[in-house]
Amino acid sequence: MYDGGKIIVGLIIGIGLLLSPFFYNAGKALKPPEPELTPKAKEAKVCVASKEYMRDNHMHLLDKWRQTVVRNAERYYESADGKVYYKSLQVTCLDCHSNKTKFCDQCHNYIGMEPYCWTCHVVPKEKK
Amino acid sequence: MSFDRRQFLKITGLSALAALGLKGGFELLAPGKVDAEPPLTKGKRWAMVVDMRNITPEIMDKCKQACNEVHNIPNWGDPRVEVKWIWAEVYEHAFPDRLHDYDAESLRGKEFLVLCNHCSNPPCCRVCPTGSTWQRADGIVMMDWHRCIGCRFCMAACPYGARSFNWGDPRKAPKELNPNFPTNPEFPTREVGVVEKCTFCSERLAKGELPACVEAANKMKKDVLIFGDLADPDSNVRKALRKHYTIRRKPELGTKPNIYYII
Repeated sequence: MYDGGKIIVGLIIGIGLLLSPFFYNAGKALKPPEPELTPKAKEAKVCVASKEYMRDNHMHLLDKWRQTVVRNAERYYESADGKVYYKSLQVTCLDCHSNKTKFCDQCHNYIGMEPYCWTCHVVPKEKK
Repeated sequence: MSFDRRQFLKITGLSALAALGLKGGFELLAPGKVDAEPPLTKGKRWAMVVDMRNITPEIMDKCKQACNEVHNIPNWGDPRVEVKWIWAEVYEHAFPDRLHDYDAESLRGKEFLVLCNHCSNPPCCRVCPTGSTWQRADGIVMMDWHRCIGCRFCMAACPYGARSFNWGDPRKAPKELNPNFPTNPEFPTREVGVVEKCTFCSERLAKGELPACVEAANKMKKDVLIFGDLADPDSNVRKALRKHYTIRRKPELGTKPNIYYII
C-alpha cells in the first residue's frame, strides 16, 4: 500500500470526526419530557382509560374513535368505569388537556413524531 | 377439409380470446350489487322538504350563513374556488330538465335553496376509489375527510354540483373575509386537496339537534324547511309530501334525491 501511514491516520481522524457527537454527548442522555397536566386534568384524576393504557395506546384509541365516529356514527364512548364520553379529539381530549404544547407536542417533538391531526382539527386557544 | 398444426393453434387461440372477452363484457354490463338499494325500513331515512312558497332570499341567506359558521366553511371571495354546502340556485339551473318555453313567470329566475340531495342511489359513492364517501344506513351520504385523496371523481359524478374541492388551505383564506375563522371550534376545518359537502349535520343529529340550516330557517319562519324521517309514515316530511305536490332535482337520472321542493 502506498502512503499507508497517511491513509490510516486519515481514516482514524475521519472516523473520529464522524463519531465525535457520540463522544461529546456520552453519558448525557436528553431527559424525556414529562407531559404536564392541567389543573382540570389533575382534578379529574382519570382519563377515558388507565394512564398506562393511554400512554402506550392513545394513538390506537384515537384511531378507533375516528373510525367508529365517522364510519358507524357511534359518537359516545363508555369507559371501563361506566362513564360516557363524547368521542372527540378537539372537543373532549383537548378540553381537559388544554395545554397542547406541554401535553402533546413536547413528547412528539422528543421522539420526532409529527401527527397530522391539526391540519384539520382545531386546537383550542391555550390559556397562559 | 384438413387442419395443419399451425391453423389449429390459430383457431383455438382466437376462440379462447373471444370467450374471455365475452365473459369480461358480460361481467362488466351485468346488473351488479351496487345497483341494489338499501332497505328503507332499516332505521331512519333522513330527508328534507323545502317549502318554496314561503322561503325568501333572506331566509336562504341565513341558512347559508348558519351552515358556513357551523362547519367552518371559508369565504374565498372567488367563485372559481368557492366551497359551498348549501346555496341558492336559480330555477333554470336547479331544474334544467323541467324548462320549456312557456314556464310560469313566477319560476323563471326564482332562487331555490339547494344542497346535497343525499340520494338513495348516490353516484358519488360508486366512483370513490378510496371508499371515503358512502351511504349510511340512515340515508346520509357521508364523507370521511381522513380518507379523501382529492381525486374529484365524486365531483364529476354528482349531477347537482353539491361537492366542492379545497383548492387552498381553508385556514389561509383571506382574513378580511373570514375575520373569526374557524368560527366553530368544535368542528374541524378541512385541508387543501380534500373534497367536502353537506353531511346533513350528522354531528348535530347525533346530539339530537336539527341541521343548522333547518334551525336557522325555522327561527325566521316555521316549517319552511322540514327535516325528518322518510321511513316513518307519520313523520313531518311524509305528512308534507302527502299533502303537497313536490318536485325533486333531475329525478330522471335515477339518483333518487331526497330533497323535495313544494312549488
